[in-house]
Amino acid sequence: MSFAATVWLVMRKDLRIEIRSREILYTTLFFAVACVLVFAFGFVREGRALEDASAGILWIAIAFSGTLALGRAFDRERHNETLRALMLAPVARPALYVGKLLGVLVLLAAVEIVVVPMIALMFQANLLAHAWLMSALLVAGTIGFAAVGTLFAAMLVRARSRDVLLPILLYPITIPVIIAGVRGTAALLQAEVDVPMARAWLSMLVFFDVVFITIALWVFEPVMTE
Amino acid sequence: MMNRLFAPLAMIVAAMFAYAPIMIANAPYESTMGLIQKIFYFHVPAALTFFLAAFVCGVASAMYLFGRRPSADRVALAAAELTVLLGVIVLISGPLWARKAWGIWWDWDARLTSTLVLWLTFQAYLLLRRYGGPGSDRLGAGVAIFGMCNVPFVYWSVEFWRTLHPKTSVLPTLQPGMRGPFWFCVVAFVGLFVVLLAARTRLEERRAELEQLYLAVEGE
Repeated sequence: MSFAATVWLVMRKDLRIEIRSREILYTTLFFAVACVLVFAFGFVREGRALEDASAGILWIAIAFSGTLALGRAFDRERHNETLRALMLAPVARPALYVGKLLGVLVLLAAVEIVVVPMIALMFQANLLAHAWLMSALLVAGTIGFAAVGTLFAAMLVRARSRDVLLPILLYPITIPVIIAGVRGTAALLQAEVDVPMARAWLSMLVFFDVVFITIALWVFEPVMTE
Repeated sequence: MMNRLFAPLAMIVAAMFAYAPIMIANAPYESTMGLIQKIFYFHVPAALTFFLAAFVCGVASAMYLFGRRPSADRVALAAAELTVLLGVIVLISGPLWARKAWGIWWDWDARLTSTLVLWLTFQAYLLLRRYGGPGSDRLGAGVAIFGMCNVPFVYWSVEFWRTLHPKTSVLPTLQPGMRGPFWFCVVAFVGLFVVLLAARTRLEERRAELEQLYLAVEGE
């Protein structure tokens, strides 16, 4: 089977299960919204939410809900040992990784479609002024976060105390992505929009994505082999 | 070979650490910072050894992951523990100096942040090794490789943002009187790292041997 066909099948399987139950989507979405509310109240000053905090709150919501979605997506593979079945299939291992990654990305995109406009409304941010740059930053940042997250969540499927180990391992490694995402989004959301700065951070995010995905593809096979 | 060299090497390192304070005390005072600058003789060598330990752990992990040699995993675990230990020395001696030199304990500068992130990564590695259960050795190897590759990016992304820490370029410009004690301390710290690494790896080897013996007894 070709690489692309494997990727497509794995992603379609994940999304089909998700469309039938919608469990991860609903729980993660509600969690992200709750996260934004908690942080908005945490940064209230003189009766109003702090406007500069919006970029940070957005990325915290993505990182937290992303961790939750990753954990749940691989928890499903643990029941009935389906991950082992996947690993036994005579297909390229990296294709399995890419398929799982795309499935997680679709889920996170669905969450962001709701959370980003919500933050824009709550913090009076003009999202549509630079819609393309903004969405490029979100896409690149989410890919970087999910690329590391998918690898670690897959690794931790068989480990003990995986729920707490996933964020412990994931957050230090994804700090460059979070910094670049927050600074790039903040450059677009601040009162005086700084487009060159946002572009610089975007190119950095793309670079991180390439490096993280390369290392993950390289490490996935030996780490997952029993 | 390491077994025979261990005792003499340990004694040499102990003697060097005993003599280091005398050398540091005799070194000339730095013109603007005065006495506080003396912490530099321990802070910088500890930081260099910290990065060396992280690098050893990353390389040993890659060797374990792709070569499947159990001995490489034992070296990786020992180096990870030493990374965390040296990181504690760096992260305590640094703020002590910064409080006097900059007037603040901590700053989100590229060097400080990447040191902290690297330290956190190896702390996470140890937590994984301890609480991850069976199979965590290979998972840990993946984390260590990621952690090692991540350092330049953290550094780069924060430097793009802001920076305050003195550059490594101060090293060649050191006064002649300071150079001797500085490199003496570097050698002492690297020696300490080698001695502790050898002792810790040996302990893991013994533990593995014991496990084998238990298994052999149970098998009978």
